Amino acid sequence: MKKKKRKRTVNIEWCKGCGICVAFCPKGVMDLDESEKAAIVRPDDCVDCGLCELRCPDLAIESEEIDTP
Amino acid sequence: MAIRDYIRERFMPHIWCPGCGHGIVMNNLIRAVENLELRKRDIVMVSGIGCSARISGYLDFHTLHTLHGRALAFATGVKMARPELRILVPMGDGDATAIGGNHFIHAARRNIDLTAVIMNNRIYGMTGGQYSPLSGRGKAATTAPLGNIDQAFDIADLAMSAGASFVARTTTYHAVSMIKILEKAIMHKGFSVVEILTQCPTYFGRKNRLGSAVDMMKAYKTGTTPVGSEAKKEDPELIERGIFVEEDRPEYCTEYENIIKKAMGVH
Repeated sequence: MKKKKRKRTVNIEWCKGCGICVAFCPKGVMDLDESEKAAIVRPDDCVDCGLCELRCPDLAIESEEIDTP
Repeated sequence: MAIRDYIRERFMPHIWCPGCGHGIVMNNLIRAVENLELRKRDIVMVSGIGCSARISGYLDFHTLHTLHGRALAFATGVKMARPELRILVPMGDGDATAIGGNHFIHAARRNIDLTAVIMNNRIYGMTGGQYSPLSGRGKAATTAPLGNIDQAFDIADLAMSAGASFVARTTTYHAVSMIKILEKAIMHKGFSVVEILTQCPTYFGRKNRLGSAVDMMKAYKTGTTPVGSEAKKEDPELIERGIFVEEDRPEYCTEYENIIKKAMGVH
């Protein structure tokens, strides 16, 4: 069975804007917004590696399974 | 379960500085527990004092926040009374090897079934950046403005010499292998030590001009190598990561049970 894709969101209440997710995303999906919080700015480029979630020191990147067509 | 189910959300966001590696350790420790499908009620987390020790306040296990350096002593008591529980002991480098140095070597010598997670950021962050036994010679700290003259411990070597039956090292950059190592350490029957190199951008990083949290994590990528690699022979400065020891040796609580049986005349 194929692994289901996951969709990620940033919990800006917990994010402290360290930029770790931005720096280490292999596809450049993340950036800091005008309030210096992490934001998913290029969601279509996401390859679902999940590294942003694992390396987030604030546990601010969350994900849930999504149905893909 | 979701990651949030392991967190006491009322204490979030946590107090750690932006980019602090301790959050990454907490993040991946939760994932290791989740992957192992352990019940929260079967886990006791015992911590001492320091930035690292705050982790016990954020996680929804049975938790004990105890005295500086004495987490392993309290953990030994819990384990002796309730050997069926899994005990996780997060410590800082100073908490584990300076204030609690004696508890550390003797827990290792006894091979008691505890999992010690040592978050090594090479400094005392909470109290303002004093040098620790892991800062290393020549490194700057609030209390060593002209450079530290102390030699550093090697936590993995120390743990191995003292008798720990599982010893590993990883870094906050290597999140995927950190989860696997923590899973093995938690399941290991005996004293397990996992040293995790974790960045303190606020004190160790700033005092030693190491740049941002991202720069410090990049240095973990370039400055470490898997244990036994060829790269280490060419560049002895590289720090080895991976599992150094994983052995089956007599465990303290099991041995104690046997003594009780002997004393009761059960053969």
